[in-house]
Amino acid sequence: MYVLVAGGGKVGANSTRSLLEMGHEVSLIEQRPDRAALLEDEFGPIVTRGDATEIYVLEQAGIARPPELLLAVTGDDEDNLVISQIAKDGYRVDKAIARVNDPRNQAHFHLLGIQQTICATTSILGLVEHELPDHGLVRLLELQGEGLEIVEVQIVGSSPAAGSRVGGVKIPEGSRLISVFRHGRTELVDDKLVIRPGDQVLALVHRDSAADLRHALLGAG
Amino acid sequence: MKAVVIGCGRVGSAVAKGLLADGWDVTVVDEREDAAVRLGDGWTGGFLVGHAMDTRVLEKAGVADADAAVVATNGDNTNLVIGQVLQKRYEIGNVVVRVLDPARATFYGERGLHTVCPTQTAISVLLDALRPTAAAGAAEAG
Repeated sequence: MYVLVAGGGKVGANSTRSLLEMGHEVSLIEQRPDRAALLEDEFGPIVTRGDATEIYVLEQAGIARPPELLLAVTGDDEDNLVISQIAKDGYRVDKAIARVNDPRNQAHFHLLGIQQTICATTSILGLVEHELPDHGLVRLLELQGEGLEIVEVQIVGSSPAAGSRVGGVKIPEGSRLISVFRHGRTELVDDKLVIRPGDQVLALVHRDSAADLRHALLGAG
Repeated sequence: MKAVVIGCGRVGSAVAKGLLADGWDVTVVDEREDAAVRLGDGWTGGFLVGHAMDTRVLEKAGVADADAAVVATNGDNTNLVIGQVLQKRYEIGNVVVRVLDPARATFYGERGLHTVCPTQTAISVLLDALRPTAAAGAAEAG
């Protein structure tokens, strides 16, 4: 696969190294001269010096071929957004993954057509949520294109769903309970399974209905 | 009519003053508080300190019911992103974006964003200024 990496900081350099080790072809753009010199020492002629938001720099780096994948991973969200837009709209790059440095900018990426984003802060917060006890509903995976989330719900004694059969719990339309983890084992859910305190329930839910699902399984608390 | 001006540098501040003189209700947004100095003592419009990538700042500036917006911070990519956000998220009818790089100005201009490129204007004006001399030279040589 041919991959264009815009931004040679820690994320860009490590991605480049891994992709090369996997046998992929990589072209890497870095603006800062001192940083670019270091990258050239390591990666050789695949490094292009310049501002990856300049169209002629992208062309020098080979965007017109076009790459099968673009990684826009500079430290600047506006730059990553513009690079991704130019690649997708101007050069028919199918797949662009953009790094979001400030999670508050996430909505801008989606609004402007860049669906695949990675945000370290959001990922870390997700892990923190997962480690926090009594949080109720933990988002494990977000399927952005589909608008779906896979969430984990910890059932407690006071949960309205505790003691009920799965078929008798009214969950939001379009959502589905997948499995229950109890006593170290995972059971796939069917309508007859009784939900018990201590269960960790895995569910698929539409993003907009996550709060309703939480309410159905855990109540208002 | 209500206008929001993003960026209070030489261009943004002068545009804001011109709009106010034309009778617009104008609010200016800039990251730096001291940028307001450019608007002068007679400024009766609004001024808000904050980064316009932040939707809370935009909403406080009144983008929800603005009729027009001028985006002229010192960053091309910031302007391009904010301009598109104002157009798509807040559906402001008339959004004008200052972009210094002619290539990006053309790229986004072709895709429905109203971009203004002072660099391209300077290039055209300079070339036009030199043409009479070139023509005279050619006439002399001919």
